Amino acid sequence: MLKHFIGLQWKSFFRSATFKTEIWFKILMALGALYFIAMFLGMGVGAYFIIEEMGIGDPLRVINRFMIYYLAFDLVFRYMLQKMPVTNIKPLLYLPISKSKVVHFSLGKTAISFFNVAHAFFFVPFSIVLIAQGYPALQVVGWHLAMMALLYCNNFINVMVNNQNVVFYVLAALFILAGASQYYQWFDITFYTQPIFDFFYDMSWTAIIPWVILAGLYYGAFAYFKKHMYLDGGLAKKHTEAKTENLEWLDRFGNLGTFLKNDIKLIKRNKRSRSAVIAGFFFIFYGLLFFTNAIEVYDGPFWKIFAGIFVTGGFLFSFGQYVPSWDSSYYPLMMSQNIKYREYLSSKWYLVIIATVISTFLATFYLYFGWEAYAAVLVGAIYNIGINSYLVLWGGAYVKTPIELTSNKKAFGDKQAFNAKTLLLTLPKLVLPIIIYAIGHFLINPIAGYIFVAVFGILGFAFKNRVFTMIEGIYKKEKYKTLQAYKQK
Amino acid sequence: MITVHNLTKTYGDKTVLNIDHLEIPKGQSFGLVGNNGAGKTTLFSLLLDLIQPSSGHIINNEVQVDQSEAWKPFTSAFIDESFLIGYLTPEEYFYFIGELRGRNKADVDALLANFDDFFHGEILNQKKYLRDLSKGNQKKVGIVASFIGNPEVVILDEPFANLDPTTQIRLKGIIKDLAAKEGVTVLVSSHDLIHVTEVCQRIVVLNKGEIVKDLLTSAETMKELEAFFAG
Repeated sequence: MLKHFIGLQWKSFFRSATFKTEIWFKILMALGALYFIAMFLGMGVGAYFIIEEMGIGDPLRVINRFMIYYLAFDLVFRYMLQKMPVTNIKPLLYLPISKSKVVHFSLGKTAISFFNVAHAFFFVPFSIVLIAQGYPALQVVGWHLAMMALLYCNNFINVMVNNQNVVFYVLAALFILAGASQYYQWFDITFYTQPIFDFFYDMSWTAIIPWVILAGLYYGAFAYFKKHMYLDGGLAKKHTEAKTENLEWLDRFGNLGTFLKNDIKLIKRNKRSRSAVIAGFFFIFYGLLFFTNAIEVYDGPFWKIFAGIFVTGGFLFSFGQYVPSWDSSYYPLMMSQNIKYREYLSSKWYLVIIATVISTFLATFYLYFGWEAYAAVLVGAIYNIGINSYLVLWGGAYVKTPIELTSNKKAFGDKQAFNAKTLLLTLPKLVLPIIIYAIGHFLINPIAGYIFVAVFGILGFAFKNRVFTMIEGIYKKEKYKTLQAYKQK
Repeated sequence: MITVHNLTKTYGDKTVLNIDHLEIPKGQSFGLVGNNGAGKTTLFSLLLDLIQPSSGHIINNEVQVDQSEAWKPFTSAFIDESFLIGYLTPEEYFYFIGELRGRNKADVDALLANFDDFFHGEILNQKKYLRDLSKGNQKKVGIVASFIGNPEVVILDEPFANLDPTTQIRLKGIIKDLAAKEGVTVLVSSHDLIHVTEVCQRIVVLNKGEIVKDLLTSAETMKELEAFFAG
């Protein structure tokens, strides 16, 4: 039986459409994974010596002290990123397999997820170092096993609280409060939690306690899932109550308004697009890294332009980049309806422009860092409007991965952005303005640099019609390929 | 109204559609039947310029479909759920299509009023997005939306599939009326021989991409079709 399950899993992984990506993207992903593994390994081996060097006490006790935060962060990461095991259960429901087996398998599957395995790269070397340093092996093993059990407890806690936003936010708020009060030395939660973790080391037989808890949690998760394994229960999709919105104030823009109305609804009503917009919003604060001199590398003059582009271009990069994939699920409709490509593109363009202008207003707080900082933001905005807004639309013609609007899956590290052509197009988006600025900066003075970049943006703006004709041509040429690609979910 | 010239579509070395000549006059209700893979959806996709012909072309009311977009204002279609916008309510979707076809809210409301029966109280004012409607109800929305804006050509792929018996009967009436009273050219495909023979004035049978029968519907049509498909 297990053989069948594993076989299914194997096929679903290797035959998924997303798996068949460009080879060098796979390499990039592998490198990313290796990087994380190396980080964990490095920490595992190095943590002991670093803490010893700092002289803040027995390394194991220090680790134990902060273990509560480690576990809390782990839980937060899991909540945000770890996928739930309920997917793909449906086709198994009516087959002659007992429900218990299906649930056991689904839960067991989560045990080997990256989120659990990654920790081993820290704890195993750390424990080995401890033993090598003369800590009693039996006690270290007890502690180690206890930690493993606790991390697996997190795994099943996450499985159970998933989709219960309230529980999550309450927990998150509690931990933020704890962290803040520790920082301001009002109240030190670690003072109370450290002894618990020390206990697992001092009396290693107590390591059995987390394992008992783990067994309890596993059983809880098992019972929960088994009970809810019905199409109208745990497997049901959640429906939100829909409200018809007219947004009549947009009617005055004619056909453009029709599309804008749709785009606003698109953003409001879909998880994926909402996340993109929220991510875009946070770009506004990206400039703080540059203008507060928080990071020394970013001190150079060109970085200010770089910051300006990002501060005002958050929406442009997070949403604009994926035009027209936002409409992928109904692209055939758009293509057979009475729509002119130019109007469709214009509406997306206006959306990007409006968002850029709003970001520019929101970013006025950069005036606090001097007029030069805000000048960089303004210049960045002009460049975004005049040049980058076209470039994202242009790049979009080559982005051919459908977006699933209702899920946040793949929202992180989406391979769409790593299409060779779109990657090439990021050069003029980011590098060109820096070069233009540098020319002005070195030939005349910093202000000339700003003016040069702004002039480029304004020139781009002036050629709007010509550029649009060109982009329209590209979209038309790519139409059939795009339609074909969007069909493959 | 619609003329097909030497149309072929091949994928690799596999020909999925090969039609020398086909003429559909204005106001005809035209039925397309055939087994899976016969090329029905391929033909409809070519009519809507969603795929490119490998050779030949289609003329829709003097417009060559793969060259100009001028066919769009008078042609409408419902092929599958990719013609629906999942995050809109049915009302919003109708108004959106209406606006694209130059119809204001009042026009659309007036049209929708005719379909109260057809909707059976399960479409309008349900506080649901299209993506949360059942497959059958989604289909109703798509079909009715394709009637917005007085199109001269309406293309419906498998309109009867997934619909309940009452709705099927109502839809048959609607399609017949469109062709007979308003002179609309209606193209319908179906696996259900009874439905097409009832609705369509003319039935074309596709098999492996080629036209094997072209019948004007009469009392014998049903027998002839059954004989063909029984093999």
